[in-house]
Amino acid sequence: MSFPRISLRVRRPWRLAAEATALVVAALVAFPLYWMVLSAFKPEGEIQSTEPRPWTASPSLDSFRRVFQQEDFGRYFLNSLYVAVVVVVVSALIAFLAATAVTRFRFRFRTTLLIMFLVAQMVPIEALTIPMFFLMRDLGQTVPQVGLNTLGSLMLPHIAFSLPFAIWMLRGFVKAVPQSLEEAAYIDGASRSRFLWQILFPLVLPGLVATSVFSFIGAWNDFLFAKSFIISATENSTLPMALLVFFKDEGNDWGGIMAASTVMTIPVLVFFVFVQRRLVSGLGGAVKD
Amino acid sequence: MSSGTKKHARPAPVRKKGAWTPWVYLAPALVVLAGLLVYPIYQLGLISFLEYTQAQVSGGVPATFQGFANYAHLFGDSQFWDVTLATVVFAAACVLSTLAVGCTLAVLLTRVRAVPRLALMLAALGAWATPGITGSTVWVFLFDPDFGPVNKILVWLGLSGFEDYSWTYDRYSAFALVLFEVVWCSFPFVMVTVYAGIKAIPSEVLEAAALDGASNWRIWRGVMAPMLRPILVVVTIQSIIWDFKVFTQIFVMTDGGGIAGQNLTLNVYAYQKAFASSQYSLGSAIGVVMLLMLLGVTLVYLRLLRRQGEEL
Repeated sequence: MSFPRISLRVRRPWRLAAEATALVVAALVAFPLYWMVLSAFKPEGEIQSTEPRPWTASPSLDSFRRVFQQEDFGRYFLNSLYVAVVVVVVSALIAFLAATAVTRFRFRFRTTLLIMFLVAQMVPIEALTIPMFFLMRDLGQTVPQVGLNTLGSLMLPHIAFSLPFAIWMLRGFVKAVPQSLEEAAYIDGASRSRFLWQILFPLVLPGLVATSVFSFIGAWNDFLFAKSFIISATENSTLPMALLVFFKDEGNDWGGIMAASTVMTIPVLVFFVFVQRRLVSGLGGAVKD
Repeated sequence: MSSGTKKHARPAPVRKKGAWTPWVYLAPALVVLAGLLVYPIYQLGLISFLEYTQAQVSGGVPATFQGFANYAHLFGDSQFWDVTLATVVFAAACVLSTLAVGCTLAVLLTRVRAVPRLALMLAALGAWATPGITGSTVWVFLFDPDFGPVNKILVWLGLSGFEDYSWTYDRYSAFALVLFEVVWCSFPFVMVTVYAGIKAIPSEVLEAAALDGASNWRIWRGVMAPMLRPILVVVTIQSIIWDFKVFTQIFVMTDGGGIAGQNLTLNVYAYQKAFASSQYSLGSAIGVVMLLMLLGVTLVYLRLLRRQGEEL
């Protein structure tokens, strides 16, 4: 019985080493974000300095001012937010209905459909830029709201691309609502749509929010469609495009880039912190054996 | 699979009255996916068999059927093979590094107390949440030859070769730079998932193994790895799918594919062919090739899921 005691004695220095390693790794992982925020607050002279320092004595808002004033950034920010919110809401509603169908009903082709939702997640969306471009161009002739150069042309593809994963992940949350609750509701005379919207929907809502973070990120991140579809109407540009403006041939405006990056990262970070608990359990559900 | 439910006394409320209900619920999703996913994929395939350049797009010249000519052209181009090889090697390097880092840190998380664990979790969450495009700009800035801190630190550590070293100039160091960013933003998913998996292993099993005098390595190989297999399969496949499709990082960090296209991957290559040089049919053909490769991965994935007896 000497084994456990030996291993316990060995453990203490090992644990301290492990904890030190964890803290160092945490610092390393956080460093890029720290550097981004730090550089955004550095005055111009300190950023373009060949002796970068990990602190700043005189924080300034100059870079943020440049971002918000000169480059019409506020508008791009609102455009991005508008696109992301519409994508999140629409795809959440559609995914909720579809996930309800595949978890609470048994019907023919159910398994086939599920496999198709899985396969659809593998499609490289960038590869579809070309046909999407033509589709939006043609659609725009009949429905001008979603043609090229409109925000609608950015919303539609992302609604489609975020659906398969959203449905896949929502299954777990919808399944978790007990069957007996559904039966009780029907016995009490609730109609199917009443059960769907007034009982099931509020119960699944937290999961829906967690799932939404992925649709949000997809739409928020996108610069490929923005770059390809918004050709002439620069007032419909989105944040990533506004960020790339600060990359210049005669030398990048790093202060502007870092400030813009900070502004762009914060909403996602807030969303993430807000849903992280549900996210991890939801991933457990989606990933689970 | 559904035999369990069929035995129920009355599947009636679902069956009889509303046999169409699930399809009504599914309708919006199916319409959207058919129009905006299936149809574009069909078009992608179609364009890859046509002659489709600027003349057809804006000049009104009718598109002519080319058969496999575009593919023949593509397969005869040594750059295509070079880019394909680079894509596969780069994706493999990303997947292996991400898994190694993610799994190591997941194990590390189980060995530490609450405060270091929280610190590492929060840092990882931050990296995870960072949008690809801002992550790319920040990493490029960190490695900037003039103003970035990384070269300065390396020189300070005695590696004087990094004085004013441009990471994006050399092909391999540019790929390495992109790899660092990709690993940074994708290891948190692996770490969090694997950590959750390890926590789900009953502690008695691990204690019993430790009591029997098994080394850490033996415990990992003999006990944890088999129990974590399903989760490892999922994170591996997800990583392959994500890393094979890396676009934003390459595009932003190497400025659209690097000097003379040295850092192109299939995804960026397809985009550049189509939109930079207006060879839409060649771009589509590259897209089809990518799609088929990923479909292969998907089939392997489904096979593994089925072998594990997953009920969908």
